[in-house]
Amino acid sequence: MLVSLQLDEKEFVAGTVMKINAEMPGAHVFSSGKNMGAFKAVGFPEDVGVFYKLEKYEGYSWTAHGRYPTNTPGWWGGAHPFTLLDYSVVHNGEISSYDANRRFIEMFGYKCTLQTDTEVITYIMDYLLRVQGLTLGEAASVIAAPFWSTIAAKTDLEDQKKHTYLRTMFPSLLVTGPFSIVLGFNGGLMALNDRLKLRSMVVGEKDDKVFIASEEAAIRTMEPNAENIWSPGGGEPVIVKVKEGVF
Amino acid sequence: MSIEFIYPEFEVIRNENRCIACRVCERQCANEVHSYDGEHKTMKCDESKCVNCQRCVSFCPSRALKIIKSDCTMRENANWSNDTMKEIYKQANSGGVLLSSMGNPAPLPVYWDKILINASQVTNPSIDPLREPMETRVYLGKKPQKVSRTEDGKLDCKLPPQLELSMPVMFSAMSYGSISYNAHKSLALAAGRLGILYNTGEGGLHEDFYCYGKNTIVQVASGRFGVHEDYLETGAAIEIKMGQGAKPGIGGHLPGEKIVGAVSRTRMIPEGSDAISPAPHHDIYSIEDLRQLVFSLKEATQYVKPVIVKVAAVHNIAAIASGIARSGADIIAIDGFRGGTGAAPTRIRDNVGIPIELALASVDQRLRDEGIRNNVSLVVGGSIRSAADVVKAIALGADACYMATAALLALGCHLCRTCQSGKCNWGIATQRPELVKRLNPETGSERLTNLMTAWNHEIKELMGGMGINSIEALRGNRLMLRGIGLTEKELEILGISHAGE
Repeated sequence: MLVSLQLDEKEFVAGTVMKINAEMPGAHVFSSGKNMGAFKAVGFPEDVGVFYKLEKYEGYSWTAHGRYPTNTPGWWGGAHPFTLLDYSVVHNGEISSYDANRRFIEMFGYKCTLQTDTEVITYIMDYLLRVQGLTLGEAASVIAAPFWSTIAAKTDLEDQKKHTYLRTMFPSLLVTGPFSIVLGFNGGLMALNDRLKLRSMVVGEKDDKVFIASEEAAIRTMEPNAENIWSPGGGEPVIVKVKEGVF
Repeated sequence: MSIEFIYPEFEVIRNENRCIACRVCERQCANEVHSYDGEHKTMKCDESKCVNCQRCVSFCPSRALKIIKSDCTMRENANWSNDTMKEIYKQANSGGVLLSSMGNPAPLPVYWDKILINASQVTNPSIDPLREPMETRVYLGKKPQKVSRTEDGKLDCKLPPQLELSMPVMFSAMSYGSISYNAHKSLALAAGRLGILYNTGEGGLHEDFYCYGKNTIVQVASGRFGVHEDYLETGAAIEIKMGQGAKPGIGGHLPGEKIVGAVSRTRMIPEGSDAISPAPHHDIYSIEDLRQLVFSLKEATQYVKPVIVKVAAVHNIAAIASGIARSGADIIAIDGFRGGTGAAPTRIRDNVGIPIELALASVDQRLRDEGIRNNVSLVVGGSIRSAADVVKAIALGADACYMATAALLALGCHLCRTCQSGKCNWGIATQRPELVKRLNPETGSERLTNLMTAWNHEIKELMGGMGINSIEALRGNRLMLRGIGLTEKELEILGISHAGE
C-alpha cells in the first residue's frame, strides 16, 4: 500500500502518529519505533520497573528518567522518554527557545501536543537526522551551535565553513536554555548539553559499557567501579555506538 | 485679518529677563520667526511661521526661549476638532491636497505598547549578558529546503546570498533628496561602523557614497530614479519598493525645489523638475511581473545579491506576502501605517494601511502555515521606536527591523513634521547648503552609532532576562509575549496569550 501511495514507511508512521496525537482526544502514541520501547508511569522507579516487568526485556541501551515536572502538572504521558520512530529523548532542563523551535518544526508536519518542551526536541532530532539526513554530530551543532566567536576562532577552515553553514541554514532550531539530553537511536546513544552547560552531565565507562547521567552518584550506583568519569563541555556531543552487528 | 486667517499653532515665549539679544535664534531659524528690533535692541518674533522644531530653544545660550501650543481655540467640539476645522479652512483657502510629513500622529492603537515581554524566574535561569556571550547576529536571506551533500558525502555549504547584520536592525529607506547629503553620509558611516545596512531610498546613490556599498541597500522604485548598472552592482542588496507605510497605494513625490545640483545628477533627472514616481511600477501588474523584475535584477547582478521586496502593510498583507515569498525574492520588508515619510498626502498617511504589529503576526503565521517561511526573511518597519519594539517584533516573527524616524531623531530631528517645506533647521530634510552644513556627518554617525549600540545592549539585556542567548531563539518565540488590554480577536491575530494566562 505504501508503495502505491508513494509513501516512505517512516514518513507514513510519523504522519499517523501526529494525526492521532493531534486529532483524537485522549489518544496518544508514545512509542512508534522498531526494536524500541518506551515505558511511562507516575510512581517510584522500582515500582514502575516491576509493573512493566522490565526484567523480561533485553536491550543494548537503556535510558531512564525520574521526572520532577518543572512547570506542568505531572502525568504519566508527560514522563520521559519522548519518542518518534526509532528516536527517544530524555531531557533534564527547560528550554527558553521552545516556541521558536515549535513554530518552526510545525511547518514540517510535526504537531506539539504533549505540553512539554522535550517533545519538540524529539521532533527536531527526527527532522535533522531522518528528514535532512544530518549526522549526529552535525545535528548537535545545530541545536547546541557553537557561538559565532567560537566559529570565527576555528583554525580548521573546513570546520568553520560547516558550522557557519549549519547555523545559517537552521537558525530556528538552535535550542537555548538549560538542557542535558540523551538521545536514543538505532545502535546507540548521544548525550548533549546546552552550549552554556547550564545543566550538569557526566559520562563514565566500565569495560564495554558507557554510563551517562546527570550526576556521578547515579553512575556509581549502577557501577561502583566506573572509570574515566568526565563532564563533557557545553554543546559537545558524546556519541556512543554499539559494535557493528550487535543490533 | 480675514476669513482666510488661521491662528498660529504655536506661541514663542521669550523670557525678556534672560534674553541677551544675541540673535542666535534669528540666525538659526530658516522659517524667519525671529527678528531683531534695532531701535529697541530687543528680539521680536512672528509665531505664525513657527513649526516648533525646537532649534532656537536648543541653541538659545541663556535658555530664554520656549515654544508652547497656543491655547487660542475654536469652541470645543468632540466631532469637529480644532485640527479638523483648520484643515477645512486650509483646503477652502487653497483647493489642494493637504501634505504632511513623518508618520501618522493620530491616536490609533500602538500594539507594541500593549505587548509585554517575559523573564525567567526559578525554573529557567536568566543569563547575564555582562558575563556570558549574547548573540544578536542575523543572516537575512532564503534558506534552502534541504541539505545537500557533495559526492564525497560532505555538506555542500553553498547558500543563497545572505546579508549579515551584527544586530537585527537596519536604517530604512530615505532618499538623497528627501534628506541631505550629510544625513545620508551619517547613515552610511554609522551602518559601516555598526556592521548593519542603510538604504538609499529611491533617490539613487551619490557618487561619494559608493565606497560604503557593502553596507548599502540600493532601492529600485517605480520612478527608477538613479538606477543604473553600477548602482545595482554597488549595493549589498537590492530592494524593489512596491509601497511605503506612510502612503500605501501611491508613489513618491520630491518637489522640484529639492532637485538641485547633485540631487538632480544622482536621480538622473533635470534640475527643478518634480520627481514623481508612479503609484504602481509600470512593468508590474501581477505577481508574475514582480517575479520577472526580481529575476531581471538578479540576472543583472550575477545572482550574488539578495533581492528585497518592500510593501506597505495593507489589509490583505498575508496573501500578498505569500505571493512575494513565491516570487523569488529573498527578503520581504513590510512597512506599517505609522512609517515616516518626507511628504505624503495627509489623508492617505492618516487613514490608509494597517499597524505593522498585526501585519507581521499574520504574515509570519501565514508563511508558516504554508510551509514557506524559510523561502524569505521578514524585515518590518513602520515605527520601531526602541529596543523593546525590536524584541517584540522579533518574538512575533520578524528576522530584523527597519527603523528611520528614530535614526533621524538621533541626528537632531524634533519631529516638527514639516519636512516637505525643505527648510529643516537641523540640516536633515533640506538641500539648502547653509542648513545642510549644520549636520556634521562625523557627529551624526557617532550619535547613530551610540543609539544603535545602546539598543543592542538593551536587546541583550531583555534576551538574557528570558534565558535566551541568541537572537534566533527569540525569532517567532511568541510564548515570550503577552497582551495587555487586548480583545480576543487581537490576541488571536497576534498569536499571543493575554497577561495572566
